[in-house]
Amino acid sequence: MTAISAKQHREKKAAWKMTPGKFLLYFFMYTFAILCLIPLVWLVRTAFVPKELELKMLAVGWVPTFSNITRIWSMAPWGNYYINTLILVAGVLASQFVTITMAGYAFARLNFYGKNTLFILFLTQIMIAADVLILPNYMTITRLGLNDTLLGAMMPFFASAMGTFLMRQTIKTIPYELEEAAKIDGCNLFRTITQIYLPLLVPCYIAHGLIAASYQWNNFLWPLIVINKPAKRLLTVGLAIFAQASEIGALWSDTCAATLLTVAPLLILFFFFQKRFIESFAHSGIK
Amino acid sequence: MTAIVNDRSAALARERRRMWRTTRLAWMLLLPSFIFLAMFTFYPIGYSIWNSLYKDNNATIRTGPVYIGLKNYITLFTKDQIFKQAFINNVIVAVVTVPISLGLAIMMAIFANKVKIGKGLVRVSFFYPTLLPMVAVANIWLFIYTPGYGMLGYIFNNNTWHFLTDPDAVLWALIVMMIWKQAGYVMIFYISGLQNINPELYEAATIDGANGTQIFWRITWPMLMPTTLYVMIITMTNAFKLVDHLYILTKGGPGNASNMLLFYVYQKAFDQTNYGMASAITVVVIVLLLILTCVQFFTQDKRTFYA
Repeated sequence: MTAISAKQHREKKAAWKMTPGKFLLYFFMYTFAILCLIPLVWLVRTAFVPKELELKMLAVGWVPTFSNITRIWSMAPWGNYYINTLILVAGVLASQFVTITMAGYAFARLNFYGKNTLFILFLTQIMIAADVLILPNYMTITRLGLNDTLLGAMMPFFASAMGTFLMRQTIKTIPYELEEAAKIDGCNLFRTITQIYLPLLVPCYIAHGLIAASYQWNNFLWPLIVINKPAKRLLTVGLAIFAQASEIGALWSDTCAATLLTVAPLLILFFFFQKRFIESFAHSGIK
Repeated sequence: MTAIVNDRSAALARERRRMWRTTRLAWMLLLPSFIFLAMFTFYPIGYSIWNSLYKDNNATIRTGPVYIGLKNYITLFTKDQIFKQAFINNVIVAVVTVPISLGLAIMMAIFANKVKIGKGLVRVSFFYPTLLPMVAVANIWLFIYTPGYGMLGYIFNNNTWHFLTDPDAVLWALIVMMIWKQAGYVMIFYISGLQNINPELYEAATIDGANGTQIFWRITWPMLMPTTLYVMIITMTNAFKLVDHLYILTKGGPGNASNMLLFYVYQKAFDQTNYGMASAITVVVIVLLLILTCVQFFTQDKRTFYA
C-alpha cells in the first residue's frame, strides 16, 4: 500500500510543471552549489598552477605542475606531520573502539545500580566538549609529564560518550537471543562480545570511525597547545605555522599546496565513500 | 505465613545479590571510559571553578595562587572590555549564524533530495566544507578576503575592501565563512529528517490542491521541527567552540573586533599566563553551554535521549 502510494507520489511529482518560481529556485540553488565549490576548485588550481601564474586567477592554457608541492615538501617536515597525524588518529580510534564497545554494552544490556547517574555523567562530555577545557586539561597533561607527546594529544579523547551512545543504540537493536544462545553454548562475556557482537557492529565502527577520524585529523587548538616540538607536530598545526610564515609574502601557491596536503586524504576518502560519510555524520550527536 | 515471608525475603536477597553482581560487571565495563571522562571532563570542570577563585598569574609564581574569591568574575564583568567584546561577538555569531545556517541547510537539503541532474556533485559541493579543518578553511578564505589580489578584490577590481582589518567588517566576514563551513553539516540532518516524513502527507496535500509554499509551511517545516531544535543546539554550541580560524586570520583583531570567548581563554592562559582569569572565562563558557544543553533537554522529546 505504502509502496504503491509512494510510487504514485513520485509519478505525480514527475508530472509537476516547471513553474517560473521553481525554475528560479533551481537556478538559485545550482548557482549556490557552484559557489560553494569555487573555494575548493581554486585551492586545487593554485596548488598545481605554475608559480608565476598564482595571482592570475583567470589564466588558461597552463600545464599542471607538481613543483609547488615538491618545493614546500622540503620547507617543512610534512612526512613527520603525516606520520604523527596517522599515529594520533589510529591511537584514538583503537582506544575508543575498546572503551565504547565495553561501555556501550553495559548501557545497552545490563541493569545495574547507578545506571542513570552514570548515563547523565557521560552526557557531560557531549555538553562540555574537550575544546572548552583546554586550560585545565593542559595542566593535567603537564602534571603527567606528557607535554610534547602524541599520547598527551590523544589522551583526552580515549573515551567517547558519543561513540558509547552510538554503540548502545546499535547493540539494543541486536536480538538478545543471540547472546543467550552463545551463553548456553558456554561463551563467557569476552567471547560473546568479540564473536557475537563485534561482527554485527562493524557498520557502527565504520560510522563512528569516520566521524572520530575526521575530528582528530582536523583538530587544532588542543594539539597546538600540547605539542611544541616541530618534529612532533600534527598536520593542522604544521599547516598553520607554515601558512603564517608564508602569509606575509602572499605565497599563494605555497599555502595552497600545503593546505591541499592537509585536506586531501579526508577529501579523497569522502569522494569515494560519499554516502557512507554523509550517513555517518547524520548519526553524529545523540539521536 | 512466616515461610512465605522468608521465601520472599530469600528471593529478594537473591535478586539483590544478582543485581550487585551485574552492577560489579557493568562498572568494570564502564571503568576505562569513566577514568578518562573523570580525568578530562569532570575533574577539569571542577578545577576550573576552583582555580577561577584564585589569583594565579605571572605575579603569583613565587607565592603560589592566592585566594581572591569572586574577584576574577567581578573584573571580567565590570572592567574587562575585551571579555565584554568577546562575549558580545559570541552572541552575535550565534544569533546570526544559527538561523541563516538552518535556513540555508533546509533549502540545500530539499534541493539535494529533489535534484535529478548532478545529484552527487550537489551533495559533495554542499558537504565537503564540513570535512575541512578550520585552519585550512581560514587559509582559503584569507585568499578570498585579501585586499586587491584576493578573489573578491580581483573579481570586483577593488583595492579598498579590507574585510579582515576593518573592525566593522571583520566579524561579518568571519560569519559568512562559518556559515559556509557548517551549513552542509546541518543539511545532512535535514536530509535524514526529510526522508522520515511520510510521503502520503504530500500526496494528500497535492490532492487537496495545496501549492509548494503551503506544502512547505504546513507539512515540511512542522515535520522537521524536532530536527530543527536539535541542530539549533549543535550550531549554537559550535558558535562557542569554533575559534581555530582566528589563530590564522585575525588573532581576534583588529583590536579584539573578532575575538571570541574560547580564543580569549587561549590568549589569557597561553599568551599572558593568567590562569586564574582564563579559568574564570572557561567557567563562563561552561555555564553558557550547560544552559544551552538544559534548554535542549527540556524542549526536546526525551525519547531521543533514552530510546
